[in-house]
Formats: sequence, C-alpha cells, structure tokens
Amino acid sequence: MREAELVELEKSGATFEPRIVAFFCNWCTYLAADLAGTSRMKYPPNARIIRVMCSGRVDPQFVLEAFAKGADGVLIGGCHPGDCHYQEGNYKTLRRVHLLKTVLKGMGIEEDRFRLEWISAAEGDKLRAVMTDMVEKVRALGPLRLELPKEVFEEEEVAV
Amino acid sequence: MAEKPKVAFYWCASCGGCEEAVVDLAENVLDVVAAVDIVFWPVALDFKRKDVEAMADGSILATFLNGAIRNSEQEEMAHLLRRKSQLMIAFGACSHLGGIPGLANLFDREGVLHAVYQESPSTVNPEGTRPKAAYRSNGHTLGLPHFFHTVRALDQVVEVDYYLPGCPPTPKLLLGAVQALLSGQAPPKGTVLAPDQALCEQCPRKDSKPEKLEITAFKRPHEIVAEDDKCLLAQGLLCMGPATRGGCEAVCISGNMPCTGCFGPTSRVKDQGAKILSALASQVEGNEPEEIERILAGIPDPVGTFYRYSLPASLLHRKKQSAA
Repeated sequence: MREAELVELEKSGATFEPRIVAFFCNWCTYLAADLAGTSRMKYPPNARIIRVMCSGRVDPQFVLEAFAKGADGVLIGGCHPGDCHYQEGNYKTLRRVHLLKTVLKGMGIEEDRFRLEWISAAEGDKLRAVMTDMVEKVRALGPLRLELPKEVFEEEEVAV
Repeated sequence: MAEKPKVAFYWCASCGGCEEAVVDLAENVLDVVAAVDIVFWPVALDFKRKDVEAMADGSILATFLNGAIRNSEQEEMAHLLRRKSQLMIAFGACSHLGGIPGLANLFDREGVLHAVYQESPSTVNPEGTRPKAAYRSNGHTLGLPHFFHTVRALDQVVEVDYYLPGCPPTPKLLLGAVQALLSGQAPPKGTVLAPDQALCEQCPRKDSKPEKLEITAFKRPHEIVAEDDKCLLAQGLLCMGPATRGGCEAVCISGNMPCTGCFGPTSRVKDQGAKILSALASQVEGNEPEEIERILAGIPDPVGTFYRYSLPASLLHRKKQSAA
C-alpha cells in the first residue's frame, strides 16, 4: 500500500497506531527496556525510545516539541526517588512534570497522553506493563491532531 | 538632493502602546523625521491603503508593524506592506510573539465571539446580533474583515527581517534599530534587536539572587511589600527574568514589580513558557508530590503567566481545538 493511502487510513481512524515518544534514563529505565528485551517480554512496539543520561535532562521543551511534531503520547522513565545516579535529577523531573501537566491540561492535551514512571533496571516487567497500559490508553483517546484546521467561515452575509 | 529612505508604521491586533513608543522618542523623533520620509502611518498621518497600493514594490525601506494578526484585513495589510518594503520589522511583543491578544488562542473563535457579543456584563443583545463579513442594503454591500480562529505572530504570516521586542519596545531600542538600518550596518536577517542575554544578567538586583532559590511558596505582588533591593524570586514573587531576554533596562524591576516576560526568549530558547516552567519548578523545595503540589498551587494560572506574551509563537501555538 502506498504511504499516502496509509496516512489516509490512519487519519480516518481505521488503522490508528499511537506514536509514543519515550525518554528513558540511561541508568534505570533504559536498562529495564533492555532487560524486557533480553527476557523476551512482549509489549506493543509503539514507542520511539530516546535515551537520555537522566530523566532530569528532559527539558519541558522536548515534551512540547514531541507533541507539536506528531507524538500522540510522551512517556518519561527515570530511577525511583532516592536512586538517581545524579542524586536529585529525578526530583527535578518530578517537580517539572507536576507543573507541565497543569500547562498541558490548559492547552487541551488529555492527561493520559503524558506520563512519568519510575522504573528501575530490574523492573523489565513494570516496563512492559507501563508500555502496554499507556498504548491502550492513548489508543482509546485517538490521534492528538494538533494541526490547525483551515479557517472556514460560516455564511457571513446578511441582507436587509 | 537624494531621496530620503521611506519608512512605514502600521498596527494590527494591538493596544496602541507601540505607537506611543514611537512618540516617546520625544525630541529624537526630529532626527528620525529628518533622516527618513514617513510614507504611511495611519495613527498619525492621512495616507490610505490605496496610497500604499500605488507605491512600487520594494520602494519602502522598512515597515515597522506592531500587533498580532487576528483578522483577514490585518493579514492583507501584512502581505501588502511586505511586498512594498525591503525590510519588514516586527515591532513589539504582539507582532514578535503574538502578545497579549495571543492569549485568545486559549479559546476558539466561537468562544471569543460568544463572550463579547453575548456574555459580557455590559452587553445587551437579545437578538444575538453578530458582526458579519458582508452587509447588503439598497444594492450596496458593506464589508467587515473575517475574524480568525487563531491569533498569529507576524512571522507566521509573512517573512520578517527583524524583531523589536517589548511591550512596548523602549525608545532606546527603536532609535538604535533606526540608526543601524540607516547606517547600513544591519545585523543578520532574523535578529531580535536586543541583547541576547537573560534579563537576570542585567538585573540591578542580580547580586542578591541566591545560588538555589528553594521556593517554599509563590506570592503575588499584592500579597507582600517587596523589598526594593532584593531579588524578587528570592522573595517568592514569580519573576520571568530567568527566561526573558534583557534589553528593557529592567524598568519593571526598577518599579519593584516582577518581569512578566514581554521581551520573549533568548535565541537559544524555542519556548519561553516551557523554559520558565523548568527553571521555577526545579527549584521548588519539596520531594513529596503533595508538598510540590501545594507549592505549585501558588501559581493560579500557569499558562497565562508563562505564555503571557508568547502563546502563538510557542511550540503548541494554541489550545487544542476540540473536534467540531
């Protein structure tokens, strides 16, 4: 099938596959994804994983840009509180995520599209569960569709 | 005598404060007028659109356009002036980033019209009359511009050569820009004509800004009597200084009021709101979700505060429109 037809199908909602951008910390969640892989756990392949040195490296601009460029959901994975390789990077993430969630809500982006999870290097199973759950929730919400609709005006004439 | 370079001023969706900034040049305005011919300035001079249409393309050296683009007439004028001008300069926060009118992007067209023509306390409109784009009477048609769903910054409509930031830009910046253009020492295209440095760097209270803010509560300006020599962030006030370009001479800070961000971000930042969010939230003093939540609740309107001047130019541009 041609690319254009696939895009058309997806737009119609018939074959919607959520696109998730996942920022995983190098020391915990990325290793959990590795573990899930080597343990042959199955989970939906919808996430594009981006490895960062620390969840604290995830600038809120990255999240907004992901949404602006077509992500249907954004997942941040970091070490459990107290376990950060850099001592407090994940606390900074936690605080930013709280405020970013308020902003995203104000911008009309549904809560389930943005998620922060603590997943240690040993928790391949949690990674599988989180991925599966998030993909299901975003699938239920449908495509984000941020692109602006064309300016269409109703019949704006009046005769007297 | 050689012809003087031609300059135009125009306003779109804005309050008129930027026009004031031109007048605020005070006696310097005489130097400007001596050096250039102002060929179009609806707020002060009686030239009309047809006069601009009659000019040769590219015959105006520079148009200083203030205001965001919110209706079809403004869009047409932006295109017309772009065609007639060698340089298009976005003048002021609304034209640069969308500005205060850009906050309308938190609503849709219908919401805005409903609020203005039905809901507002001073409105009496039982017939629900709304402005129409065309009105026909006795064989004549009167027209009004179309009102857009989304407010746009000038560079989202036409190519922009330079930006003069601020709400409004300071006379000093305007004078500097005019002099730079006339001397032929114009900076690279796309430059924001103000220092590329955060306001904190130029703040007179810089030395009193602590290494770590350790924010335990956000306070609003009416809730405290701010000390007039101490960093406002350190006093719990929400100051946009860390995420805002300097060059304003810190006029608000000098008036003991926090920065609201009108100069927009520096060149390294794509989204001013996200950047101040990041700077403030990471310095909240608390590791437990409840504690963090309590402190952050001290910012009653994060979107309106962080994106006060920059919503249309931000990464998301506007609130997501529900499928209609």
